[in-house]
Amino acid sequence: MNRFAALLDALVLTPSRNAKLALLADYLRETPDPDRGWALAALTDGLDFPAVKASLIRSLMAERVDPVLWTLSREYVGDTAETASLLWPEPLGQRMPAPTVAEVVATLHTTTRTTAPAILADLLDRLDVNGRYALLKLATGAMRIGISARLAKVAFAQAFSVSVEDVEEYWHGQSPPYTPLFDWAANGAAPPRTDLLPLFRPFMLAHPLEAETLDLSEYAAEWKWDGIRVQIVHVAGETRVYSRSGDDISATFPEVTAALTTPCVLDGELLVRGAHQGGETGGAASFNALQQRLGRKTVSKAMLAESPAFVRLYDLLIEDREDLREWAWEQRRARLEALVPRLDPSRFDLSQVIPAKNFEDLAEIRSRARDEAIEGVMLKRRDSPYVAGRRTGLWYKWKRDPLLIDCVLMYAQRGSGKRSSFYSDFTFGCWNGDPDAGAELLPVGKAYFGFTDEELKFLDRHVRQHTVGKFGPVRETDKSLVFEVAFDSVHTSKRHKSGVAMRFPRISRIRTDKPAHEADRLDALKALIAD
Amino acid sequence: MAPPFSWLKPEPFGLHVAPADAWIDPARAVDTALVTHGHADHARGGHGLTVATPETLAIMALRYGVIETGSTPVAYGETVTLKGGVKATYVPAGHVLGSAQILLEYAGERVIVTGDYKRRADPTCPPFQVTPCDVFVTEATFGLPVFRHPPIADEMAKLLKARENEQGRCVLVGAYALGKAQRVIAELRAAGYRDTIWLHGAMERMCRLYEDHGVDLGDLQPVAGVPKAALTNAIIICPPSALNDRWSRRLPDPVTAMASGWMRVRQRARQRGVELPLIISDHADWDELTQTITQVNPTETWVTHGREEALLRWCELTQRKARALALVGYEDEDD
Repeated sequence: MNRFAALLDALVLTPSRNAKLALLADYLRETPDPDRGWALAALTDGLDFPAVKASLIRSLMAERVDPVLWTLSREYVGDTAETASLLWPEPLGQRMPAPTVAEVVATLHTTTRTTAPAILADLLDRLDVNGRYALLKLATGAMRIGISARLAKVAFAQAFSVSVEDVEEYWHGQSPPYTPLFDWAANGAAPPRTDLLPLFRPFMLAHPLEAETLDLSEYAAEWKWDGIRVQIVHVAGETRVYSRSGDDISATFPEVTAALTTPCVLDGELLVRGAHQGGETGGAASFNALQQRLGRKTVSKAMLAESPAFVRLYDLLIEDREDLREWAWEQRRARLEALVPRLDPSRFDLSQVIPAKNFEDLAEIRSRARDEAIEGVMLKRRDSPYVAGRRTGLWYKWKRDPLLIDCVLMYAQRGSGKRSSFYSDFTFGCWNGDPDAGAELLPVGKAYFGFTDEELKFLDRHVRQHTVGKFGPVRETDKSLVFEVAFDSVHTSKRHKSGVAMRFPRISRIRTDKPAHEADRLDALKALIAD
Repeated sequence: MAPPFSWLKPEPFGLHVAPADAWIDPARAVDTALVTHGHADHARGGHGLTVATPETLAIMALRYGVIETGSTPVAYGETVTLKGGVKATYVPAGHVLGSAQILLEYAGERVIVTGDYKRRADPTCPPFQVTPCDVFVTEATFGLPVFRHPPIADEMAKLLKARENEQGRCVLVGAYALGKAQRVIAELRAAGYRDTIWLHGAMERMCRLYEDHGVDLGDLQPVAGVPKAALTNAIIICPPSALNDRWSRRLPDPVTAMASGWMRVRQRARQRGVELPLIISDHADWDELTQTITQVNPTETWVTHGREEALLRWCELTQRKARALALVGYEDEDD
């Protein structure tokens, strides 16, 4: 536990992503099983002990510290776990040896509400101040130290010199303490089997198309639909719907989940029926309509009837346990076209290939597209395999106006007037390079409109729940939320650290489906400079 | 007969000793000032007469130039009689070089004004002396039970380990230029560190002054003009304000450390961008404050500055008579 406490402290105090990665990687390499696995789970919010909540900490402290002194201390420190770790009375005499992380986890797993106070007190007595902090953070599951699951995976890959894509793929079927995962990465054992489980496979992503023109004999074009990217997996009688970030959203879209009964892994755009994009028949509603359905754990019948979801399919990764990801896009496309007629037509259709003769023709078709929510076109290399992540030259997205960029929320400040209690002024940033190679976020702009009242409530809650630092009226968030920012133009600026200033930036939508490391880079913004 | 202790009046900018028309640590220039120690928030320049220990007077002279008007040096243990028959005795406070508690005696009543103090051993100044009195006027900078300063040897070990682990970098320690810096240096020497310790320009003269008063600080060199490469694996001391200043760009990838009692709280360390918090303070922590009040056992405890609410609560819980004085101008964000 002491080693874990030291790691936690170092992570809290280390601002740079690279240094965080190095700290985590060292820890994972040097700590034995199963401690490292439990630690990893604790850091990525994978642990939950229902019997241990913040109220338990408060009641333990109430027995030991005067309530006025507790309140004054808690107000000053600003964190219940930290305050308790500092105020916990040191036991008299020799301290019992510190527990291991695994021992702590095993002990907490067996606690009930009745036994929890005594058990937690005993553990606290065995730890020093930093150990107590780590214990309380681990036990209440509220780390909030800016370690995303993605960062943990990158660190894991770095620790054992394996690829992040492999880690992503094998991680998904595993539960803490991830022993088979460590066996594979650290000891060279065979990777955990993934073909019998409804697992998430990392998405293939597209680069924005800059100035290049492409040869349409090499690239196929499809519309870029304005929904959310999903992967639907069916294996051994089970179906899962995964979001862009790999979250299981099967329960949010039960009609889609229930509709797939063919063993396969599909990639497509989840949309809601409507007439906003793609015409009257077989059309889809706007992203806003879809947004009403996002983030729900249960869905009402009315909502299912009002806004039924379907998936516009554009790729087939695995069919009947046959992994097609090494195949060329054209071959996969042929398999997909053969498969779609066998699927429930009310829930699945095919993303059509745009019949453009050449690139100029495509540009012409694209400019004629009047549907509000069609985001532009996708260009896919006909011979490209399905590879995880964003690889140059294979897939391109060719977005349409206005200028849009995906940024990460960094800081928030309360507004004034009727917004005075809300965090409504947002500072957002872009990556100054490859976030997986240690790039940092640089603030590129500030926006305080573009969202609905409902979205403002969501944003305010997000800020409060993801605060990692406070500077007077400004809160620093854990930089996990992506916004799509719309703006009129962008110019070079000497006054800003990023070197750019955006004109008229507004939040065009909240991308809860997009992980922060996939937000845009500063270079993408700079490429739009119109000076 | 006047009510007890009415001759000592808390005014917004200092404690006024009425019969002597003298002020203790006044926040503005006055005719007669009794100064507990040389920190700027307690020792301001421009008084008509400054009564302080010789060390404090030397520190003030260094900071404000020669004190052209009067100064009365009072050595530890020595008593001076002020106007109106008020007696003032200067007693070691253990805070920094020259720091004193001032014992005032008048009309058969004894009042101690601590200024700032600590109870831990400090190689750069004599230790705090417990002195009986009727009224104990105490500071409460770290007057919350969350503040418990760990043994300084632990913090020195952290500092030396960081230097060893971070090869190719240097460790930059932010420390108050008066007192904290010299204590950190002296404790590093006590921990066996013999290498040159490098100084920010603002530290040099105060370190020389300490050496002139018999505090051995070993080999010290200014950073100015030294090439980056010569500073790898060095320990460098600077004022806290220079930690994240452009000044530090000249250093080889510094590990940012800060020696302060506030470092006990993680968010405080994070807010300052500190990678290596060193919990070292020249103020009494919670245990020292409560232990000192218990030992001195006064009839009344007055709390001057800091987090007085919690200390008053503790006095209430232990059935001690106490009050808070609303004095302005004492700040210790960096200690």
